[in-house]
Amino acid sequence: MALTFFRGIQNRPIWLYPSAFVATKHVFYCTMKSTQTQTETLEKQQPELKASANSQSKTLDNVLTNYEAIIGLETHVQLSTQTKAFCSCPYNYGSQPNATVCPICMGLPGALPVLNSKVIEYAVRLGLALNCKMSYNSKFDRKQYFYPDLPKGYQISQFDIPIATGGYVDLDLPVEFGGGHRRFGITRVHMEEDAGKLLHTGNGSYSQVDLNRAGVPLLEIVSEPDMRTGIEAAEYAAEVQRLVRYLGVSNGNMQEGSLRCDVNVSVRPIGQLEFGTKVEIKNLNSFSAVQRSIDFEISRQVLLHSQGHGDQIVQETRLWEEGAQKTVTMRKKEGLADYRYFPEPDLPEVVLTKEYVNDVRSSLPELPEMKRRRYEKMGLSMQDILFLANDMNVADFFDTTIEKCVDVKLAANWIMGDIAAYMKTEKLSINEIKLTPQELGELIASIKSGTISGKIGKEILFELMAKGGTVKGMIKEKDLIVDPLEIGKLVDRVIAENPKQLEQYRGGKTKLQGYFAGQVMKESKGKANPGLLNKILVEKLNGKS
Amino acid sequence: MLSSVQNPRILLLQCRRHHHRLPLPPKPYLQTTISSSLHTSPPPASQIGTLRKSLLSREKTAVELAETYLTRIRLTEPQLKSFLHLSDAVLRDAGEIDRKIERNEEVGPLAGVFVGVKDNICTADMPSTAGSRILEGYRPPFDATAVRKLRESGAIVVGKTNLDEFGMGSTTEGSAYQFMATVGGFSLCGGMGSRSSEVTANPWDLSRVPGGSSGGSAAAVSARQCVVSLGSDTGGSVRQPASFCGVVGLKPTYGRVSRFGLVAYASSLDVIGCFGSSVADTGTLLYAISGHDKLDATSSKREVPNFASVFITQDFSESKPLKGLRVGVIRETIDSGVDPEVISSIRGAASHLEELGCIVTEVSLPSFSLGLPAYYILASSESSSNLSRYDGIRYGNQAVSDKLASLYGDSRAQGFGSEVKRRILMGTYALSAGYYDAYYKRAQQVRTLVQKSFKAALDENDILISPAAPSVAYKIGEKKNDPLAMYAGDIMTVNVNLAGLPALVLPCGFVEGGSVGLPVGFQMIGAAFDEEKLLKVGHIFEQTLQGCSFVPPLVADGFAC
Repeated sequence: MALTFFRGIQNRPIWLYPSAFVATKHVFYCTMKSTQTQTETLEKQQPELKASANSQSKTLDNVLTNYEAIIGLETHVQLSTQTKAFCSCPYNYGSQPNATVCPICMGLPGALPVLNSKVIEYAVRLGLALNCKMSYNSKFDRKQYFYPDLPKGYQISQFDIPIATGGYVDLDLPVEFGGGHRRFGITRVHMEEDAGKLLHTGNGSYSQVDLNRAGVPLLEIVSEPDMRTGIEAAEYAAEVQRLVRYLGVSNGNMQEGSLRCDVNVSVRPIGQLEFGTKVEIKNLNSFSAVQRSIDFEISRQVLLHSQGHGDQIVQETRLWEEGAQKTVTMRKKEGLADYRYFPEPDLPEVVLTKEYVNDVRSSLPELPEMKRRRYEKMGLSMQDILFLANDMNVADFFDTTIEKCVDVKLAANWIMGDIAAYMKTEKLSINEIKLTPQELGELIASIKSGTISGKIGKEILFELMAKGGTVKGMIKEKDLIVDPLEIGKLVDRVIAENPKQLEQYRGGKTKLQGYFAGQVMKESKGKANPGLLNKILVEKLNGKS
Repeated sequence: MLSSVQNPRILLLQCRRHHHRLPLPPKPYLQTTISSSLHTSPPPASQIGTLRKSLLSREKTAVELAETYLTRIRLTEPQLKSFLHLSDAVLRDAGEIDRKIERNEEVGPLAGVFVGVKDNICTADMPSTAGSRILEGYRPPFDATAVRKLRESGAIVVGKTNLDEFGMGSTTEGSAYQFMATVGGFSLCGGMGSRSSEVTANPWDLSRVPGGSSGGSAAAVSARQCVVSLGSDTGGSVRQPASFCGVVGLKPTYGRVSRFGLVAYASSLDVIGCFGSSVADTGTLLYAISGHDKLDATSSKREVPNFASVFITQDFSESKPLKGLRVGVIRETIDSGVDPEVISSIRGAASHLEELGCIVTEVSLPSFSLGLPAYYILASSESSSNLSRYDGIRYGNQAVSDKLASLYGDSRAQGFGSEVKRRILMGTYALSAGYYDAYYKRAQQVRTLVQKSFKAALDENDILISPAAPSVAYKIGEKKNDPLAMYAGDIMTVNVNLAGLPALVLPCGFVEGGSVGLPVGFQMIGAAFDEEKLLKVGHIFEQTLQGCSFVPPLVADGFAC
């Protein structure tokens, strides 16, 4: 059944909408590259994505004119607490299997969970950052199902009273995707524990259980079904990643599974009030996978609808296959799973006080949305704003830089230009380069004041990035002439050596100032401060000395 | 107002009481006769205190004391079968205490005290099976917090006592195991799997059950195989066997004792409880294991008062030592459905409290009868969840299967006994979508009602009293195939668990049965965390109860140490 079903959509659409699948093929090509890069480098992936996504969305636009997609995300964020949620085991991604386990996270008889208070703190941080209403009295519940990676036979989670509800997240779509500000609703944020992992042997004769990850704290963020396109969903996920990193509650790394997105997609004819049948997509390991899987799923569902096969869209979980760039049926939902939730009797209620919540609120850093609005007020372009605010470290670097240098546009240009290029070629993060933002500020100020030339400034920049040091030290090291008296002497000498040109100048041929300047610079072996040089030269040429 | 003057029936019962208190002349047993001191013996002294005195005065060594107990275990265990495992480190542990005493080093308050531990409480050096086949041979890598505290106090864990599988049952017949204990490498019996009647027996009458689920712990203390023992009480599993075996049983307030290392049955109801042959021993044991534990989020941070201060021996006969203490007899517990002889014993106990100066009245707990069904829904629901971890994946017996579903199914089908399966099924049903509101949620509402009615009754009274069980110990096999009859036996105790309150059960008389009569226990219920008051009242009650000695006929002469 499923097989014919797929064969159907693989064949028919090509006749109907050939370009949609050409576009998909094109995206596939990009993916192979982008999956190899880290999620941190999303910014770098986007240019590759742009072309494909644009051409795809154009085609989809044609298909979709009569349909509307409804998209919601469930995001799991693994918290970077020092110990697990209910025991004192650490968690380090990539440890030897079962290296960080104890009777509690292994679910041995008689072991009891005790909540790590950091989990509450992080949940409140994220809840507030997502503009949620906090539940001052919440509780834990048990979600029960059998699976070998779930040691206790139940997952400690939150069911009917999540710690945070009813928030929203603001974001700006990248300019290359048409830009625009969006606000997506947040249904709830709740705390729960992660399960272990199964390692299946090649021949499938047996499986092994690794419980290192069992009991690692997670926050599940459920969005409202507010997104309409793949890019909106991907940008929402990216904003969540940005938020958790800004807040310091998670490293947000998708490759390691620290940030996991499950997507729900349905389509309906425009104007129809009730939602279409919802399909869940799993196995999304990057933001581009989020985007492309949704776009694929939308076109799949719309095609079925437009062919009158809307009934073939069933409530199911589909797996995104990165290699084939398509979603395939993973499991059909045979009735709703009954998790038999009930309140976790081993843990007391979670009671938050207003003071506690206010303390956490006042300790929140400036969040991406606030930064973007602030940068916008400074007059930066949206492209600059997004570049700077996407990465908290870049934003911090920029903010420190502009404490010393008033020209924010210049600071942004330097960071986005030479510094970003250097980081890219050297594969360094902004915290790893030796240049400090204080010195960048100093450098820009020095160029602006004319203490050094732009050309020298660039030279100094690269040395500072590679070796560190200060702008002042670098000027000294380069033996630059910044003393007015010394420059005055050089000017005097050049004027004395060129009486003819001086006469011409004073006769009105003021263009000769350039000639004099060049001579002085030559005399100084290029080390004279150009600003000072010109200032002193003009004074002397005009006979003020 | 219950007063012997106002109520002629009480007067009548009081007369009978003396008859019931006096055990019938014993029959010869184990080639020994019961000491004649049984009839006239003084009130129970603290065995812990006596033992400590003889140790510190160097009258006896810990090894000598241990030998005495081991000898008694050797003699009685073939009939009783109260233990599933016996420690092979007993003499080593005793020797260590002796060396400490020799070197004049400080020894803990429970130095040399033989403690039996229910097999659903984890011990690192012995198997901990919770009486279930699914945990056959399972050895935990850690000691339960209560066991750790006992060891730190110098106690010697003598072995693991038998129980109904996972604590689910009221007779200890529900254990997956029969007698398999050995002492010093010498098997005391033909091993496991012999006759089907080879379940733990009641020391007062070997044809009767010791009660349950902590039947092994109660029988072991009753027969003086150990000084004190740990049990667990989810719906009466300490108090009912204490009543059946004629020992003192204490269910502490929920949260008083850490549950870490107690194999969970119903987490919101489970508590580790204490058995002793005197109130003083029971209180001393409670003090040793109480207190907050950072490994149990539900353990209380309240200060633990030193209960020892209430055990000062004094002459209570002259004054009225409990003058003004308000005692409420729970009307619903001395009603129809309760053995008349048990009721008369409880009325006798009430009269005795009156003689001690208490003001005894009857109180009604209207929600009392709702407690039993609510308890069975909540306990089953929680157990269905708590027992999910026994899947055969990480520990315990794993069925051979190449399919995941049948690996789970077969491991659990082979590993769990029928009573456990029954409760898992009931609990799973009660928590299922569409039934949750009708069962689990309503049971929680009943629980709130029960808590409120106890609160109201305890605002009016210092303590409440009731029987510990509607009957005395019944015959082995009598209720084995009638689970509902067995569940009904928990009516006296489950409400206390629902309310999380402390309760002390102590023997107060006998009814006819067995060779010398069968003990009856009465239950005193106190306000949350007021164990101190229960122990004080219990101690005075016990020390002033004339003419009763709760030493079973099984115990040979010269047990006193």
